[in-house]
Amino acid sequence: MAGTYHFDAADRHNAFITRVESAAFGDGRLAGIPVAVKDNISTRGMQTTCGSRILKGYIPPYDANVVELLREAGAVIVGKTNLDEFGMGTTTENSGFGPTTNPHDPARVPGGSSGGSAAAVAAGMVPMALGTDTGGSIRCPAAFCGIVGLKPTYGRVSRYGLIAYANSLEQIGPMGRSVADVATLMEVIGRYDARDSTSYDRPYTHALSGEIRGMTIGVPAEYFGEGVDPAVAECVRNAIATLEGAGAAVEECSIPSMEYALAAYYVTCTSEASSNLARFDGVRYGPGVGTKRSWHDEFQEFRSEHFGHEVQRRIMLGTFALSAGYYGKYYAKAQVAKENVRRDFLRVLKSVDVIAGPTMPTIAFRLGEKSDPLSMYLSDVLTVPANLAGVPAISVPCGRVQGMPVGLQIIGRHFADEVVVDVAFAFEQEGSACM
Amino acid sequence: MISEREVESIAKLADIRIEKEELGEFTVQFNAILEYFDVLDRVEAAGEGRADLVNVFREDKVRPSLPVEDILANAGSTEDTFIKGPRVM
Amino acid sequence: MHVIIGLEIHCQLNTATKLFCGCSTDYRDDPPNTHVCPVCLALPGALPRVNKKAVEYALRVAKALNLEVAEECEFSRKNYFYPDLPKGYQITQYDRPLAERGVVEIEADDGTPKEVRITRIHMEEDPGRLVHKSGRDRAGYSLVDYNRSGIPLIEIVTEPDLRSPKEARRFLNKLRNTLEYLDVFDGEREGAIRVDANISLEGHNRVECKNISSYKGVEKALTFEITRQKNQIARGHDITRETRHFNEGRGITMSSRSKEEETDYRYFPEPDLRPLRVRDWLDDITLPELPDARKARFVAQYGISHNHARTLTGDMKLANFFEKVAGDDPVLAATWVADTLLGELNYRDMRIDRVPPAHFADLLVLLRADAITDRAGVDVLRVMLDEGAAGEEMELPSAVVDRLGLRKAAGDEFDEVAAQVVEAHPDAVADYQNGTGGALNFLVGQAMRKTRGRADARDLGRRIKELLENKEA
Repeated sequence: MAGTYHFDAADRHNAFITRVESAAFGDGRLAGIPVAVKDNISTRGMQTTCGSRILKGYIPPYDANVVELLREAGAVIVGKTNLDEFGMGTTTENSGFGPTTNPHDPARVPGGSSGGSAAAVAAGMVPMALGTDTGGSIRCPAAFCGIVGLKPTYGRVSRYGLIAYANSLEQIGPMGRSVADVATLMEVIGRYDARDSTSYDRPYTHALSGEIRGMTIGVPAEYFGEGVDPAVAECVRNAIATLEGAGAAVEECSIPSMEYALAAYYVTCTSEASSNLARFDGVRYGPGVGTKRSWHDEFQEFRSEHFGHEVQRRIMLGTFALSAGYYGKYYAKAQVAKENVRRDFLRVLKSVDVIAGPTMPTIAFRLGEKSDPLSMYLSDVLTVPANLAGVPAISVPCGRVQGMPVGLQIIGRHFADEVVVDVAFAFEQEGSACM
Repeated sequence: MISEREVESIAKLADIRIEKEELGEFTVQFNAILEYFDVLDRVEAAGEGRADLVNVFREDKVRPSLPVEDILANAGSTEDTFIKGPRVM
Repeated sequence: MHVIIGLEIHCQLNTATKLFCGCSTDYRDDPPNTHVCPVCLALPGALPRVNKKAVEYALRVAKALNLEVAEECEFSRKNYFYPDLPKGYQITQYDRPLAERGVVEIEADDGTPKEVRITRIHMEEDPGRLVHKSGRDRAGYSLVDYNRSGIPLIEIVTEPDLRSPKEARRFLNKLRNTLEYLDVFDGEREGAIRVDANISLEGHNRVECKNISSYKGVEKALTFEITRQKNQIARGHDITRETRHFNEGRGITMSSRSKEEETDYRYFPEPDLRPLRVRDWLDDITLPELPDARKARFVAQYGISHNHARTLTGDMKLANFFEKVAGDDPVLAATWVADTLLGELNYRDMRIDRVPPAHFADLLVLLRADAITDRAGVDVLRVMLDEGAAGEEMELPSAVVDRLGLRKAAGDEFDEVAAQVVEAHPDAVADYQNGTGGALNFLVGQAMRKTRGRADARDLGRRIKELLENKEA
């Protein structure tokens, strides 16, 4: 059933960088459904900025694989959502186009880096959106905004057309009001793509099941450590109890490698980013670069002027971590640590079916609250391990603390995204004790 | 602990410039983060990882290139069908 | 003083498409930026995909040069900024290359065989091409053409086993030849091979010499550099360890002011690509007959000399040409191809593939049948090649012979001419009968003039002599 969709929802939270007034759509699974796309995903003919001034005005001549799939399914791509510049951040305050605010409390952040997509869904502007998750960038805003967000198993969704931040860690994933919406969107985008050499041929097709009787849920001590707000911890424990009530067995477990997972994450993602962002020199796209002086001078001026502070900081960290004399101490060690984290999850997930815990250690921060970079990085401590291990992880709303949403995180085995989704669905069906 | 001078040479390597006024605070924050990374020094390999996915290839078949207009469309400045860049001498 | 030379050679593989995308590699005659896609233009979000054929070609080379292929290898990123490098990094292979530790045999300067060790072979992509209008130093900007960006290269690195510029040139010739025999490389394409050389004089620092793009250039650059270094030492200066650029036009090396070489490349494994485990592909690779084997076969099968065999197999197309025209008299063919045709082609800056083998075979038939003299043969060849050089269609040698009347005079005609000449020069005849030596030659010369060089001098001489003897009697 083809047609034209008129997108006139008011954007009170600066969720969108670019939006259409209306768009035609064709037949398909998502026919006529408005979907928002995070602005680090390439859309042919539509400006794609990565939330950065360095790509202002860039119009890709090609669609990302996921965008092709959305169009084929008849979805209406109503616009490109705001994000922390190049995906680097936990609050969407690092955008070159102004911060996005949290629909539950406009004085607070929506989370990041997919804050725009989360806010657009939470505010009811669209039922579904695409986000990307490198260290929690789908799950964090899903938790802070009270919606559902899935980070798929690494390699299950094509990265072709995703403007790279950290290639070995990131995935595009679905965000929506409900687990069913997220699962539907996952069915559309969870396909093999030969253009991405890290893509696995494990298509996602699944009928939701709320049946979790007989499953074992592991609860790691490290997810309830001292950095986690006690009210958040209690809310999540209650949610896990609900799952127990639905017939799952709950077991304590431990993931000792979480001690260094965050460090491994930041060394790896900044190293890869320092290389991925080297192409932004103004020659082939972006605001034009000068040509009169020698190339180092022109490039340096261009990049310093157009990259935000956090991006420059991460490029510097990554450049340092890869540099001669430091590669062994930082990058090489981080790879060893990453492999250890993967093994740790494999070990735990042999005796339990899924792992459960809070998505974030606190509720959404106030705008401007986290001004110190290191303290900002530390809030990713519960989300980055799943990226390092490559396993699927979902955040589903499980209650409120101080009026703000709290997210329950479910993590599963590689390619068991279906199981993770089912557990989230089961929880959604049962409701939560503190909701 | 790295010095402001070292921070400047990293910036040079990355074709980025930290303004003099910001260099001090930036270096302090930088060192705090590096200190946090020290936890990696104690990491020992739990075992050797072996890649599960290898030999991903493409056949040697010509695919259409993009039309030259698309190649030039986003470039800041062009001449004939060349893209203009800074000089190299 | 001992000279120590090592080479790093980059060769473009002649696959149909680039190393990481499906753009055509046949870009040379086309306008800039017409063979470019999101991947080789480095648009944000584009991802590389490895060309299987490029890997096969690289393995062929590794096998032919006797290297050990790694069980597993991977691609790495080499990070630096330059306007011709669109990603800001080059995808190459760093600490886990395709193959290591091989050997190539060449002739040392004294003619004895020697081994040149190959350190490693790896795959990498070519950057784009920079053009500067009206002279590099005066232009305010660069013009970038990404047609070349992503072309597959193999890099071959030798140990510092070479001892002279001539040895280096011989090594390169053998390498080029071998790569052409393997059909992975087209040496005639402009810029298909680029060489960096490392030279030191024993006991002194090493100098790197970049940007050499021809075989002649290598010998020139090395010769210049050795002289420069020797002069420095003679004046009591140390040799600075540095990178120099070779200026082909001026035949000199110049200190490089570019900071590019001082960069820390920050290599790390390419996260967008998976590792390669291709050692077992070696079992399925059958190497074609390589130059050394072909040379031995030419000597054994055709009975030609070692020198001719070496010349003929020194270029695959030439060797193929020879085998097409060898016919019934390979020794004759070898002589004419190696000693005459090659020289005539070089003089006209023409390549062997301009000469239709059937045409040349026709010439050999005429020569073998003694229908024309050697001298006439050379003339016919020159006429034919000049036609080709002028863009006209080459005539068949028999046609040229007939048109210019170059066929050797037949027997009867000889007798008539001999008789005429004897009639016309009684003084010479008298001189001959008196025993004056030069008389016969004079008469032969006259007769040759009459036949306009078509006759064979000895043959005429014989007949005239017969006539003179008869006269006496």
